[in-house]
Amino acid sequence: MILTNIETIPGMKIVGNFGLVSGSTVRAKNAILDMGAGLKNVVGGELKSYTDLLTTARQEAISRMEQQAQMLGANAIVNVRFATSAITAGAAEVYAYGTAVKAQPVTGV
Amino acid sequence: MDLLLLIILLIVTFCSGSIIEKRHFKNLVSREKALLRFPTVSFGAKKVITNKKIVNVRMVCGEAVIGADYFKCFVSNIKNFFGGRMTSYESVMDRARREALLRMRESARGASIILNARIETVMVNDPKNPQSVPQCAVMAYGTAVTYGK
Repeated sequence: MILTNIETIPGMKIVGNFGLVSGSTVRAKNAILDMGAGLKNVVGGELKSYTDLLTTARQEAISRMEQQAQMLGANAIVNVRFATSAITAGAAEVYAYGTAVKAQPVTGV
Repeated sequence: MDLLLLIILLIVTFCSGSIIEKRHFKNLVSREKALLRFPTVSFGAKKVITNKKIVNVRMVCGEAVIGADYFKCFVSNIKNFFGGRMTSYESVMDRARREALLRMRESARGASIILNARIETVMVNDPKNPQSVPQCAVMAYGTAVTYGK
């Protein structure tokens, strides 16, 4: 599955359009890690556990989006965007959406 | 007793916060130097202008969550009363953005250009509790394109 966040795929031609696909996930860390992050927040610095949380949430949202696109028979997703929101303290929602398309390599270039 | 505790907390967090921040800035500068212009990050460009063959197209992302320390929060609350620039938070935002961008570029190692890079910011702050220390979560993403020889 090829993902881009621009309208086209460089080096490929879009031959079919399947419309919007999206994937979302809400994730939280366990209470102990939350406490650790709270402590880190007093001292300052990067909150590694929350960065990991964001990374895994993003990967999961993308994989759900890809699943949806695969079901439609697409082989690429263009114009992928992310929207994030903080629902409560310690939980993160990542929503990924894009246009599922069918792409073909350009021949003769 | 409470006042003493507060003063101790402020001194400790001031020291730890400034040490961590200095080290982080040093780290950022050295990594930015190592990655200088490679790959090129283009904000908004959506087309590749090249005669070379395109080998690989993929999406790259980078995240960073940076928290402000207690001292910064305390100073900013006072600053907020009088108004004006809140320099202590500016550095937190700056660090988070640069870190996220760097991570994106590092994950795009080998690519020639990153198209249409975007930076998304979420300010995580408990709205019910105005005393809570804000933390800044930044997500940077773009399309990495690798040229052939």
